[in-house]
Amino acid sequence: MNLRCSVPALTLLASCLGLTPLLGQGPAEASGPSAADVVFMSGMIGHHAQAVLMAGWAESHGASPTLQRYCRKVVVSQRDEIGLMKRWLADHHEPLPDSTLMYGRSMPGMGAMLMPGMLTAAALAQLDSARGADWDHLFLEDMIRHHQGAITMVQQLFNTPGGGKGVVFQFATDISTDQTAEITRMRQMLLTLP
Amino acid sequence: MFSGSFLRRSALAAGLIVAGVSAAKAQTPSPDPRVGLKAGIYNAQQALWNMRVVSATARPAGFVIDSAPGDFNYIDSDLAFDGKYVIQGNFHGILIWDVSQPAHPALVTAFPCPGFQNDVSVYGHLMFTSVESGDSHRDCGGERIADTVSADRVRGVRIFDISDIKNPKILTNVQTCRGSHTHTVVTSPADKANIYVYVSGSSFVRSPNELAGCSGMTPDKDPNSEQFRIEVIQVPLAHPEQAKVVSKPDILAGLTQAGTHPEAATDLARQKARVDSARAAGGFIAQVEGRDVIIGGRFLSMQLDSIVKARGGTGTPTTADTATFRTNMQGIVDKIVGAGPTQGPRTGPVQCHDITVYPAIGLAGGACGGYGLLLDIKDPAHPRRIAAASDSNFAFWHSATFSNDGSMVLFTDEWGGGLAPRCRATDDPKWGADALFRIKDSTLMFQSYFKMPAAQTEQENCVAHNGSLVPVPGRTIMVQGWYQGGISVFDWTDPAHPKEIAFFDRGPMDSTKLVNAGSWSAYWYNGMIVSSEIGRGLDILELTPSDLLSQNEIDAAKLVQVAQQNVQDQQTIVWPSSPVVAQAYLDQLARSGMTAAQVTETRAGLAKAEKATGAARKNALTKLASQLNGMAAAAGDPAKVRALASVISGLAK
Repeated sequence: MNLRCSVPALTLLASCLGLTPLLGQGPAEASGPSAADVVFMSGMIGHHAQAVLMAGWAESHGASPTLQRYCRKVVVSQRDEIGLMKRWLADHHEPLPDSTLMYGRSMPGMGAMLMPGMLTAAALAQLDSARGADWDHLFLEDMIRHHQGAITMVQQLFNTPGGGKGVVFQFATDISTDQTAEITRMRQMLLTLP
Repeated sequence: MFSGSFLRRSALAAGLIVAGVSAAKAQTPSPDPRVGLKAGIYNAQQALWNMRVVSATARPAGFVIDSAPGDFNYIDSDLAFDGKYVIQGNFHGILIWDVSQPAHPALVTAFPCPGFQNDVSVYGHLMFTSVESGDSHRDCGGERIADTVSADRVRGVRIFDISDIKNPKILTNVQTCRGSHTHTVVTSPADKANIYVYVSGSSFVRSPNELAGCSGMTPDKDPNSEQFRIEVIQVPLAHPEQAKVVSKPDILAGLTQAGTHPEAATDLARQKARVDSARAAGGFIAQVEGRDVIIGGRFLSMQLDSIVKARGGTGTPTTADTATFRTNMQGIVDKIVGAGPTQGPRTGPVQCHDITVYPAIGLAGGACGGYGLLLDIKDPAHPRRIAAASDSNFAFWHSATFSNDGSMVLFTDEWGGGLAPRCRATDDPKWGADALFRIKDSTLMFQSYFKMPAAQTEQENCVAHNGSLVPVPGRTIMVQGWYQGGISVFDWTDPAHPKEIAFFDRGPMDSTKLVNAGSWSAYWYNGMIVSSEIGRGLDILELTPSDLLSQNEIDAAKLVQVAQQNVQDQQTIVWPSSPVVAQAYLDQLARSGMTAAQVTETRAGLAKAEKATGAARKNALTKLASQLNGMAAAAGDPAKVRALASVISGLAK
């Protein structure tokens, strides 16, 4: 973040306005993003990438029309959010994670790398091999856990000092709200699976 | 106090390019001129239809980072209106503009007070702002707070005294557990000593070590959990500094039904037929939030298997197992969907995003995560839920607007939270849209969706956002901000067939990447449309006449003048007795509802009566009104003819 107006200039401006006591700070991100935010944004890319991969199978794996529609929205939503996270990391000169490494698929046995709620390579393979109503069932159970994991990640972020600054605050809050609503929807779908 | 150089208002005028709109004024221009506009911060190409820009004023120095115009810590947010002043929230503080000359808004106050999202309201000499983010300081300044527990942190609603508009003074910070994402000032016809503030917080619950009593646990673990509730602040008008949280109604408790799609009458009938035939065939029907749901085969066999296992058996479930399931089915379903007070973790939204109250009809529309709620607010300190709607096309119920007669409500879906480009050609028009409902017998009856129809680029954050009614008598018209999708004005008098009638749009901030900007809110206020542009400042626009909206209709809307306005505290629009209002109705009846001859005759009669004076005028107007009442029943639009007659009777008084 480039701080265009120096603090002395702001103070001068403030004193002209009689607002000196109120202008004590420059932009919040002047000193760069917090470590917690970088960890969250990097980690969530892999988390989202796995969700996009899973939801992307709906059509080819014979999901019900209702679930296919739901999955199309998950793909659009989370793919856009991956774009936002990558943009944020690039803007802050942070390295981009290789999201394929985080699928859990290309690195079997590296369970420790998985973010909360993510499927292991074995679980992912099991979902990939299911078809039709079996796939619907497995997907809903897996994705509910996956979403719960994302909500856990948001909670962990906000429990960390310096976590959730600027746009990350809004973004993380949105993820939590969206995915909470989606869990309710998926539980309902699970109940009425044919 | 602020010199002209401070305001870079002229910057926007320079390099202004308007895309040509040559289509007939009644037809939406085709191709849509909003598609393919050139990018720019202050010189983006613009497209306008049946509107014009009166002024466009950039954010003042100190409230914008020129090298990073989308910097989230300095973006503009919501608006409140106080006489000649527009109060504009900014994530860095509050901006107050004198708009007595709409072509030249003058910055009166630039008050730094960082906090997200600084949603603003005004009541008398009090100003309210929302703080949700975790790093804001109680005195509006100081260092940003990074400690997880701090006595200096403010999350909640700040209350200021703005008797001296140039020097807002903090009276108190009302602290809440989740902070305040938005808030709604609630005036009560029954309680003149207090006003109330409904607090919607969409973020995490803070530690009880910082604010006693805050609990983020699920209600099954802690009945006093903050989840599934809103906070209600009572502000004693004689002592606003003593404002405090007086109740935390759990309006979100027991919401379990995740609708697949808003249910029109035909959908409900189809679902009932399915349930009836499943029941006749011996199927398993459970209740989810008062509605019948057919239990799927897969869920059934899972449950039967576990019943077999529980009795230590193996193999195929017996008839007795099936009977066991049937007996316990409702309890099992309740547990899965989280119904009931203590049966496992509850599902559904744990918080609201925004609430619009309409005190005159005793109702509020709550936009709460996965649901749109209808609340009874006759007792303002204790709102209670009377109806709920959910919709698989809606990601995130964001805000609500009632029609003036209270018979309809519009909910918005902020799919993507406003940070994402959700108006691309590939985005489903039912996603990130408005959903229009009729309110009938305290239920919400879905009618249709409306989404700003012009495809936007990947570089433009765009989704349904804040708007207000345009007070045209006899019609329900709304102006609404769609972030970088611009401003759209549309008619939803017939909620099943909403129709766009005017628009304004700019190209993206940057053609190479998404930079946060666009209209956060576009509200009608005393004849103007005022839009808070996240990255470009304050826009003021006005409607221009077309076949879709006549000059008389615009002039009638401009007759409605209010002293203060908070859009989320909806007040009944009342039009003064004026010939313009009658002419506006006549323009509408000329489109449909009366024959051309009847309209001509009525206009002539009205003109003649208005030329007369004293008793002659009064008699002529009274006679005209009674003639209209007489012909109303046979007219195409009897209600509107009677409304016209009533205005003309009013003129006679």
